Amino acid sequence: MANVSIRKVVKAYEGDVQAVKGIDLEIIDHEFVVLVGPSGCGKSTTLRMIAGLEEITAGEIWIGGDVVNDVPPRDRDIAMVFQNYALYPHMSVFDNMAFGLKLRKFPKEEIKRRVDEAATMLDIQMLLDRKPKALSGGQRQRVAMGRAVVRNPKVFLFDEPLSNLDAKLRVQMRTEIKKLHQLVPTTTVYVTHDQIEAMTLADRVVVMNHGVIEQVGAPQELYHHPATRFVAGFIGSPAMNFLPCQVIDDGGLKVQLADGTKMAIPAARVDRYGPYKGKKMTLGIRPEHMTETHDSEKPGVQIMNAKVDVVEPMGMETLVHHFVDGVAVCSRIDPNVQTGPGEILPLAIDMNNMHLIEDATNRVV
Amino acid sequence: MKQLARRRSLAALALCSPLILLIVCLKIYPTFYAVFLSMLDRKMNNFVGFDNFAFMISRPSFQLVIFQSVLFAVTAVILKAFLGFVLAHLMHNIRGRNERVWRGLLLVPWVIPLSLSTLTWWWLFDPSYSAFNWTLNMLGFEDIAFLGTVWNARLSVIAVNVWFGAPFFMIMYLAALKSVPEQLYEAASIDGATAVQRLFFITIPMMRNIILITVLYSLIVTFADFDIVRILTNGGPQDGTHLFATYAFVVGIQSGNIPRGATVSLFMFPILATLAFFVLRDVMKRNKEMA
Repeated sequence: MANVSIRKVVKAYEGDVQAVKGIDLEIIDHEFVVLVGPSGCGKSTTLRMIAGLEEITAGEIWIGGDVVNDVPPRDRDIAMVFQNYALYPHMSVFDNMAFGLKLRKFPKEEIKRRVDEAATMLDIQMLLDRKPKALSGGQRQRVAMGRAVVRNPKVFLFDEPLSNLDAKLRVQMRTEIKKLHQLVPTTTVYVTHDQIEAMTLADRVVVMNHGVIEQVGAPQELYHHPATRFVAGFIGSPAMNFLPCQVIDDGGLKVQLADGTKMAIPAARVDRYGPYKGKKMTLGIRPEHMTETHDSEKPGVQIMNAKVDVVEPMGMETLVHHFVDGVAVCSRIDPNVQTGPGEILPLAIDMNNMHLIEDATNRVV
Repeated sequence: MKQLARRRSLAALALCSPLILLIVCLKIYPTFYAVFLSMLDRKMNNFVGFDNFAFMISRPSFQLVIFQSVLFAVTAVILKAFLGFVLAHLMHNIRGRNERVWRGLLLVPWVIPLSLSTLTWWWLFDPSYSAFNWTLNMLGFEDIAFLGTVWNARLSVIAVNVWFGAPFFMIMYLAALKSVPEQLYEAASIDGATAVQRLFFITIPMMRNIILITVLYSLIVTFADFDIVRILTNGGPQDGTHLFATYAFVVGIQSGNIPRGATVSLFMFPILATLAFFVLRDVMKRNKEMA
């Protein structure tokens, strides 16, 4: 087990296309770090550079106190779980799991002990004689994880391991991965494009976009205190609503939407937002902070009438889509509130949870 | 539904019938006829059972043909498979802008009609005027009688067969190589495999079926080879390069002993058929397990 440290790492392809643009990241021993971002953001490239499957154009990668830039994958003491499992189709489950140990010339009894132990942990003991073809997607994924676990490597790398599974199995395997990390707390780097996977699994989430790191932080921190417009919009489902606005002083600091609607900024935030008076800004508000009016008496809550466009009952909540100042907006309301398309629904906007984004820098202020 | 299914299979049978007819006329009938012929006496009047086979085996000249055929087929197939494997790897790993051109050029030997290219080789091997000996002389070496001594001729015949057949292996192995998922190699290198270990634990097992089928197919075709020996050496010197096919031609057509000729040509059939049965059974089994 080891720290992983990524220092000013750049990956450029032919024609000067930079997939990763000089990122820095310190991953401490035993930590579970998730790299998340949209397709093409450089997260998989970063993982593959840690694995040694891609060359590093510039910068350094350290694993356990050694620079590994020029160390081939086999000598990095890492294990990787691939999206499509990459199990050896001509080997039995046992041989798949034992392959790395056999190559490293472990004694037979030790190999058997380790494979049995991992198989028990992953509940695949009865599959050891089968070939990968005879396994279901979930079972294959477990074998791929078993192959990583038996080696007891310094670092686990996961490259979108749940993408090929159906929704139900994905949730189940997500829990299993988390459980596995609790049992075997090896330093883990996990890549996904699914922000829910990132939030549920990670000790720390690294949000990447266009080859740079937008923000690193604990899941709750990213959710409540996003640093940039991208993170604010990427983390959370349904996504945060963004409304163009201006900060004005109208007998107290307020945000004014383009259609003239004014909403008072809570007293606690006046100092923070004061300097942005008159600048072009964006108001960010999450759907759960635009909800039915049961706690409208709370200080900092504004009431707004919304003309309902679409209603989506989800069971434990209902999503209401409507327009504010011509911008499509989503609200999350109590499923017991009766409403339908075309109806006017009074919504309480909790300004205590507002976010203000400076348009010029795209940073949350 | 049942009726529809029956109508569909009848239509399928009707559409396949020209091919089936062709195979029956040109393959199955001649095979059985050859078996029948091989059991007749020279005048083709009396049934003699396996006497022809027993007689042929007892003759030293035919024993030599068996040895030569096995030497020729086994050596040539091994060399073709090895060369094809190496070429396929080179084509697969050295990727350049001209990859398609190189691939096309490497296929040339296989596309030229064999009898024509063998004539060219015959000229190249010529003791007095050939390009090979001219080059050797230029470099200060003695002439080599490529087709003049028994062993030289045997090796020359094998060389031409390898030259002709290796591209087939290359193209088959290249296709097989391209179908091995890149991630298996990545997983193996993370698991600790060196390049050589990846070759033995990933590439070869993943290509095993293609290797077996190409070797089997090539073995059958090479055992039946006729053109090269007929044109290059005509079985000489001192009958030292005769193969089953050329010897069958000499015995059956030139000497007019049709039943003995049929016996010679049928000689490898049981052995190759058994081999084919086991190889194909193994291939099917692995296909079921893996794909």
